[in-house]
Amino acid sequence: MSDLKKIRDEFISKLKGKLDLAELNQIKSDLFGKNGLVSSQFKKIGTIDVSERKKFASDLNIIKDELQDLINFKINEIEKANINEKLEKEKIDVTLPERSFVRGKIHPVSQTIDEISSIFSEIGFSVEEGPDVENEYNNFTALNTPDNHPARDMHDTFYLDDKKERLLRTHTSPVQIRTMLKDKPPFKIIAPGRTYRSDSDQTHSPMFHQVEGLHIDKNINMGHLKGCLNYFIKEFFEVKKIKMRFRPSHFPFTEPSAEVDIGYEIKDGKIIIGEGNQWLEILGCGMVHPNVLKNVKVDPTKFQGYAFGIGIDRLAMLKYGINDLRAFFDCDYRWLNHFGFDPLDVPTNYRGLSR
Amino acid sequence: MKITFDWLKDHLKTNLKEKNLLEQLTNIGLEVESVESVSSDNQLFKIAKIIKTEKHPNADRLKVCDVNIGEKELKKVVCGAANASEGLITIYAPPGAIIPKTNIKLETAKIRGVTSYGMLCSESELNLSDKSDGITELSKKYEKNIGKSYFSKSKSNLIDLSITPNRPDCLGVKGIARDLAASGFGKLIVSKERQIKLKTKQTLKVKINKEKGQGCSAFGSCLIKNVKNTESPQWLKDKLISVGQKPISAIVDITNYVMLDINRPLHAYDADKIEKGIIVRNSKSGEEFTALDNKIYKLEKGMCVISDNKGVLGLGGIIGGTRSATEFDTKNILLESAYFNPRSIRNTAKKLNLDTDAKFRFERGIDPLSIETGLKKAASLIQEICGGEVSKIDIQKIESYKTKTINFDVNSFENIVGFRISENEMQRILTDLGFIIKKDKKFLKLTIPSWRPDISQQIDIIEELARISGYEKIKTIDPIKDRSKSTLTQTQRLFHFLQRAIASKGYLETITWSFTDQSYNDHFRENNKEIKIVNPISSGLGVLRNSIFSNLIMYMSKNLDRGFKDLSIFEIGPVFTGSSPGEQKTVVCGLSAGKKSRLSWIDKERNIDLFDAKRDVIQTLSEAGYDSDHFFIDSKTPNYYHPGKSGRIFLDHSKDKVAAYFGEIHPNIINKIDIKTENLIGFEIFLENLKLSRKTLKDQKAKFVVSDFQKSERDFAFVVNKDVEAQELISVISNVNPNLISNIKVFDLYEGQNIPDNQKSIAISITIQSSEKTLKDKDLEKINNSIIEAVENKTGAKIRS
Repeated sequence: MSDLKKIRDEFISKLKGKLDLAELNQIKSDLFGKNGLVSSQFKKIGTIDVSERKKFASDLNIIKDELQDLINFKINEIEKANINEKLEKEKIDVTLPERSFVRGKIHPVSQTIDEISSIFSEIGFSVEEGPDVENEYNNFTALNTPDNHPARDMHDTFYLDDKKERLLRTHTSPVQIRTMLKDKPPFKIIAPGRTYRSDSDQTHSPMFHQVEGLHIDKNINMGHLKGCLNYFIKEFFEVKKIKMRFRPSHFPFTEPSAEVDIGYEIKDGKIIIGEGNQWLEILGCGMVHPNVLKNVKVDPTKFQGYAFGIGIDRLAMLKYGINDLRAFFDCDYRWLNHFGFDPLDVPTNYRGLSR
Repeated sequence: MKITFDWLKDHLKTNLKEKNLLEQLTNIGLEVESVESVSSDNQLFKIAKIIKTEKHPNADRLKVCDVNIGEKELKKVVCGAANASEGLITIYAPPGAIIPKTNIKLETAKIRGVTSYGMLCSESELNLSDKSDGITELSKKYEKNIGKSYFSKSKSNLIDLSITPNRPDCLGVKGIARDLAASGFGKLIVSKERQIKLKTKQTLKVKINKEKGQGCSAFGSCLIKNVKNTESPQWLKDKLISVGQKPISAIVDITNYVMLDINRPLHAYDADKIEKGIIVRNSKSGEEFTALDNKIYKLEKGMCVISDNKGVLGLGGIIGGTRSATEFDTKNILLESAYFNPRSIRNTAKKLNLDTDAKFRFERGIDPLSIETGLKKAASLIQEICGGEVSKIDIQKIESYKTKTINFDVNSFENIVGFRISENEMQRILTDLGFIIKKDKKFLKLTIPSWRPDISQQIDIIEELARISGYEKIKTIDPIKDRSKSTLTQTQRLFHFLQRAIASKGYLETITWSFTDQSYNDHFRENNKEIKIVNPISSGLGVLRNSIFSNLIMYMSKNLDRGFKDLSIFEIGPVFTGSSPGEQKTVVCGLSAGKKSRLSWIDKERNIDLFDAKRDVIQTLSEAGYDSDHFFIDSKTPNYYHPGKSGRIFLDHSKDKVAAYFGEIHPNIINKIDIKTENLIGFEIFLENLKLSRKTLKDQKAKFVVSDFQKSERDFAFVVNKDVEAQELISVISNVNPNLISNIKVFDLYEGQNIPDNQKSIAISITIQSSEKTLKDKDLEKINNSIIEAVENKTGAKIRS
């Protein structure tokens, strides 16, 4: 029996016994270490007669592979067993609660403003803003509502001085004035923001939100106004069809003026917009009065167009089924949490306005 | 404006139904506010007489009345009205009746132990007037009607219209009929007035003083002698009751009727109580008179008064006085029909805080040519009902009405409204509305009806034509999806970004009112001006907020009271620095209360602290595109923050404008507000102070530089005086070689054993990496030493060995 065969047989039988990791490593080192039995045989190759060298080398490699594979297999087996044993101990109750998290929310009015802006953005309106504190001129006089005009009674105004020169704006219409004084026509803007009237009950809050719309260009007529609002209301309520009614009304700053109603019905206690035989007033609008254009140095013989004002809070209430206007500003945690929107739910045109 | 279809039919010939009427009214801009069905229910309200009153045995203020309602037995009714007294004729509602004001069905009820069968009604409960103090008092004339229904059997519903302020002509039934007729809803009936003979002269002298600011330009009058003022005939009473008015006496009822029918306010004086003659003049300062509402008014200088030798009789066009009021025994009356200037009326009424039906009409503009018509109509009715001789009509004027005309370009209509109607149709509509048309080559020359003060230019005519033709004819022109200007400005985008960035960190967005409670505001006002609202809704909402904290703390406290312990809320909105337009800033203000990881099985719970708020602010600013490596932070904060536990953030070392504050709310404020929580942390980010980056993301993304050379991490621990801030050490280290040193992190702070009392140990980790080569040990050693040297020299620190 050759040396090689002897080494092989001896170690194969050794490896068949029960060995731990240390013993296996010892065997590995005994065979393949610097002076290991197999390693030494490799060193001998050069001294062997040429006629037998090839066979010797071949036999040696076969034995080396056989022993190495067996050792690796054994080591693997033990490591696997060790991990399995560890896993057995490491089992945890995954039904225990996760680390706590808090969710912030966006107020429904803010969300609605973003929805509105997104819709009007598509048809070329840009967003303008104005201050909450206004002077009497921008809020009334420039808007063709002179002092001592009964139309002023329609607005219960908060004043900041006894002379009634400074006030909290009663509508977003003064932004029209500011925009037109600042730039040159054409104008195509919306102006969302806070508005104030000294009125407070279930359906009135001393502060509420409006969005003003203004489109002034050459040849803009009431048909464009109707088209714009029809588009807006359909998009906003995310319905294919809308029933809309223009009804003559009066605002000092527009002429002809209209109030706009939308059709609705109550089904199973829920309001359905766009169907039914009930009418709901949602906004006021009209063609900008020539006197207003003159006041802002726009020539009414060359330019004309429309303006509208919509109650944002009311739109939000209708769309999201909110009953009480006062609750918008009451900051009740439960209300905010329920009616608020996830901050990642940014209304966009490609994704859709709401989920 | 309340009308009935029946009354309309006095002026309108039509076969159409009420349903069509309601639609048409709304379609032409006379909005139907409500329709009250006059059902058989109101027949239950009976004229009744109190026979006896006794004090309620168990209540001082209540009386038990025996009431005659025309039946054999008297009804026992418990009543709390002070004027409920024996002999009073009033209105009784039996159990089962529905009270018009409250819509509550009456039931037999025990009131403090005494059973009350029905109720005696006030005028307000019956929607007859706003009078709610005491039960309705009917005149003796009603005695014969006891047990009869108070309301007549009208089949016509009460239609309440919301008339816009530009349409005074529609404050009369006739005006409404005219509009309806023009729109094709029936035909206007041209009423033939009964001609009466006017023989005698009007002998009472009337004079309008020509003075500056004279509010009366014409004063028409006639004398009616030897009348017998009486109760109105049933038709007149029914008419007034049908629109919710309470009949008083024939003369008063007739003037009211004429006012409601053709919007011509009149006033009847007891001529015998007028001293010599009428003078219409400006009031003198301090003059007083008792008005028909039984209040004494002290006048300012320059109000338009009707007076006689003895003094003020009434405020022209607003309210008459008691001194010359007509009564049942009035024999001779002077009937007034005048024109008062709307501005003058409004000024006076506002100053005296007076609101009357006449004022409402005059301030909107009464038809100046209706003076005579009105007088004749009323005088003829008075003569018919009360008898007497009517004098000739006397009209004093200081100004004549001039008819107004405008040229109307027929093409302008389509240009504004977007649809076309024929010129013939235009002419028909305008004629029906009362315009007189003369055709010119290019224009229609229109004479404006005297009852339309709202019409003065071409656009007004366009509106009339559009309104009467119907808005449903307006075509819908679909909008074009085209955008030439970006929707939001950079600042607006930043606003939206900050809003959603803060919300994404667990804050609930709130919107609170821009005004607040002065006492809360004072905590956060600092040296800012207090901005008072002259007419606040309540004293608790009397000032514009100088900070959002005032409202947030108030509402946080309410939520904590509701039992929520750990809560973060924020608002983005205006705070005010002055009372002029533009003196406002946009602030993102957040407030957190309570603990982190409360009741957690896995994490250790702790109070929320300023570093939570600091993280939220810094993270938000970083997300918004500001480089936090450049931020500079110090501890100078407004006095509503805890002086030792708050800081302010600048975007860079130039310390130009404060980007944000963060920190604990001052314990004094928490104490005073008595808010119950473990800790209260707030922050404020000032939108206008955030410089907008000039670099777009396109530019920024284009540069991408990283180094793949080996990097090494080094730790240092410095012992330094307590007043030296960590930021200073970081700044010194980063300045040693900004190209090589990055990722400077404070990973430990230690005070106590082995460290002197006034000192602390700060451990800092840094990364050293070159973008050009792998640094050798020698290079690293050099940087190490430079760092230690720089920190020791500049901050007085010592490296811990």
